[in-house]
Amino acid sequence: MTEMFAARARFFCERVAETARLMVGVPDYESYVAHRRKDHPGEPVMTYEEFFRERQEARYAVGRGRFGGCC
Amino acid sequence: MLSRGAKGIAPEERIRSFAGGMTLRQKLIWAAAAVVGAIAFGVVALTRGEPVNAAWLVVASVCIYFIAYRFYALFIAHALGVDPKRATPAYRHNDGLDYVPTNRYVLFGHHFAAIAGAGPLVGPVLAAQMGYLPGTLWILAGVVVAGAVQDMTVLFLSTRRDGRSLGDMIRSEMGRVAGGVAGVGVLLICIIILAVLALVVVNALKGSPWGAFAVSCTIPIALIMGVYSRFVRPGRIGEMSLIGAVLLLTALVYGKTVSETPALAAWFTLSGPQLALLVIGYGFVASVLPVWLLLAPRDYLSTFLKIGTILLLAIGIVIVRPDLEMPALTKFVDGTGPVWPGSLFPFLFITIACGSVSGWHSLIASGTTPKMIENESQIRFIGYGGMLMESFVAIMAMIAASVIHPGVYFAMNSSAGLIGADPANAAQVISGWGFAVTPDLLTMVAHDVGESSILSRTGGAPTLAVGMASILSSFLGGQALAGIWYHFAILFEALFILTTVDAGTRVCRFMIQDLLGNAVPRFKATESWTNNLIGSGLSCALWGYFLYQGVIDPFGGIWTLWPLFGTANQMLAAIALVLCTVVLFKMKRERYAWVTIVPAVWLVVCTVTAGLEKVASPDPAVGFVAHALRFGSAAAAGQILAPAKSLETMGRVVFNDYVDAALAALFAVIVIVMVVYGVIGARKALSSSKDTTVEIGGAAVVAQ
Repeated sequence: MTEMFAARARFFCERVAETARLMVGVPDYESYVAHRRKDHPGEPVMTYEEFFRERQEARYAVGRGRFGGCC
Repeated sequence: MLSRGAKGIAPEERIRSFAGGMTLRQKLIWAAAAVVGAIAFGVVALTRGEPVNAAWLVVASVCIYFIAYRFYALFIAHALGVDPKRATPAYRHNDGLDYVPTNRYVLFGHHFAAIAGAGPLVGPVLAAQMGYLPGTLWILAGVVVAGAVQDMTVLFLSTRRDGRSLGDMIRSEMGRVAGGVAGVGVLLICIIILAVLALVVVNALKGSPWGAFAVSCTIPIALIMGVYSRFVRPGRIGEMSLIGAVLLLTALVYGKTVSETPALAAWFTLSGPQLALLVIGYGFVASVLPVWLLLAPRDYLSTFLKIGTILLLAIGIVIVRPDLEMPALTKFVDGTGPVWPGSLFPFLFITIACGSVSGWHSLIASGTTPKMIENESQIRFIGYGGMLMESFVAIMAMIAASVIHPGVYFAMNSSAGLIGADPANAAQVISGWGFAVTPDLLTMVAHDVGESSILSRTGGAPTLAVGMASILSSFLGGQALAGIWYHFAILFEALFILTTVDAGTRVCRFMIQDLLGNAVPRFKATESWTNNLIGSGLSCALWGYFLYQGVIDPFGGIWTLWPLFGTANQMLAAIALVLCTVVLFKMKRERYAWVTIVPAVWLVVCTVTAGLEKVASPDPAVGFVAHALRFGSAAAAGQILAPAKSLETMGRVVFNDYVDAALAALFAVIVIVMVVYGVIGARKALSSSKDTTVEIGGAAVVAQ
């Protein structure tokens, strides 16, 4: 029972962390790795640091970036 | 990841018919929600003479949101022809970066964080001058019928087009000219939005050493965070945000000491024009620095602080359940109010933009969100639901503005030209309006929140901060912490407004480069440092002009600029809804097109009326031209009209009036041009016998 509760709490916390990261424009890294492995086997996969930098640049890239915050 | 393909959709996620298919128990529950909502609404709307508890407002709003979401939003999903079997761009272009199938709750958070900003917090505060009822009614009716419909429909259209932007969609569905006109509109909104938001910050910080110290500390704090996440521990967002938050709170608490130490306070006691120049300079420098150094860390901090504060305020309102001191209706519904000029129609409907309907969201809903939607059936939850949440933020802002004493509210929101600069005079003027208030109360409120004066702190943020401080300090910390809470609220607004100033200057720069690049092709290279410096300089000069004009405006800039901002924002909403309508016709779903036609017509009527009144109203308080003529002829006769103090100020007032009149006229013209193109597009679609939309990835591409 407690184990199930702990697993659920962990799942919930992970979702919250994932939401917080996506709020600032960084999607789930594990999904990215899984996607590269599955659909592009043998091709290079960015490390988390490279991935983070790529996403940070993309979020604020002039022209294709976003406008932070509504009015 | 919780990602599930279309195959894995639980039965309850499928699009149900919007009214049928309910069990008796469900019917009873929804009927009960309707009854509770109606009772709460009755209490809010009909109580006179005694204060209404904020809890009634919360219950009424929440019931309306749930009912609208369950019934009307489902109907819209049906009207749009949402297809749960169709593969979304997130699956068709999955790259693990931009296009990622994302759990709907996670994506809801992302979308909400992107749409929520200063707008829903400021508009309702300003609208409270007419009493809490008119604004509340417009927030609720507007979001259900217009705002949430716009967000959801644009999100749907963009999802069907690989997440393309609003401008792209207008070009492909309505033609290049319509796209160009809309583009000019968006650039103008950017400029006005930046000016008005920066003005909110300037008004909140002038003569406030505590606030100015805390806000200026956010710059070194962001630099530390930026270096940490770039070189020390790359990409650790949680750690860097925690470090930033701790430093920020330290700066906030230490700000009290700064304000109480005369030698330090002198450094941070700044006048309006000084602050305006600082903000303009900041906008320029920040927009040419690398993003990882300043913009990104600030953005992280402000996003988390924003979400945290919104949650905290919601909890505070539920626990404290304060009484609304503001009457349901004030005598200012006739248009003689001191906060902003103009009568209830059309000006209430442009004063509250975000929270009921905001054109800005059409840019967000066609940005990153559509690239991450797992299934079309979730567009209702994210588009419509996200906007309902934003609307609730607006309701909370309305509550925060209404829990403070009406006399204090008007003292904070009327320009110095009306109430003067000392509490005795202000109390006398405001009491004369029928809101009895003593000079002692005005000084006491200022003292409680750790400020020297609260008079004429226009712009909404300080009023909201006083309201929030009164709600939060009554369950966390009591009177002793009121000053901390007040400056926390100021800090939180200033932080994300300055982030918007930085990001917005970059967006403006890009649009200017794009526009000027047509004449001088070399200017289009956005990697060039020279181009960026020129572009940033131009965009800062543009919004800086309006900001500076607002700061030195003897009438108080909010009085002039907020109606322009509201008109611009509602103009964009009208443009987005016209696009939605045209696409519905092109999809051969014209029998449902009233869903977007009704709000589009309302917004067109409001923005065009407001635009024309701002230009041509014979009342100098409302019409820019009438105002310019009055000041112009007085100046020609050598007279000086209050609150101007010299002939030079008189000349400036006249010139600014003409600039503002030209802008208001331009907004009205843009709306009318877009409506004409919309009608042409709809008629063309009607005469065609088949679907003529430009969608990408047809129904043939079925979800994996």
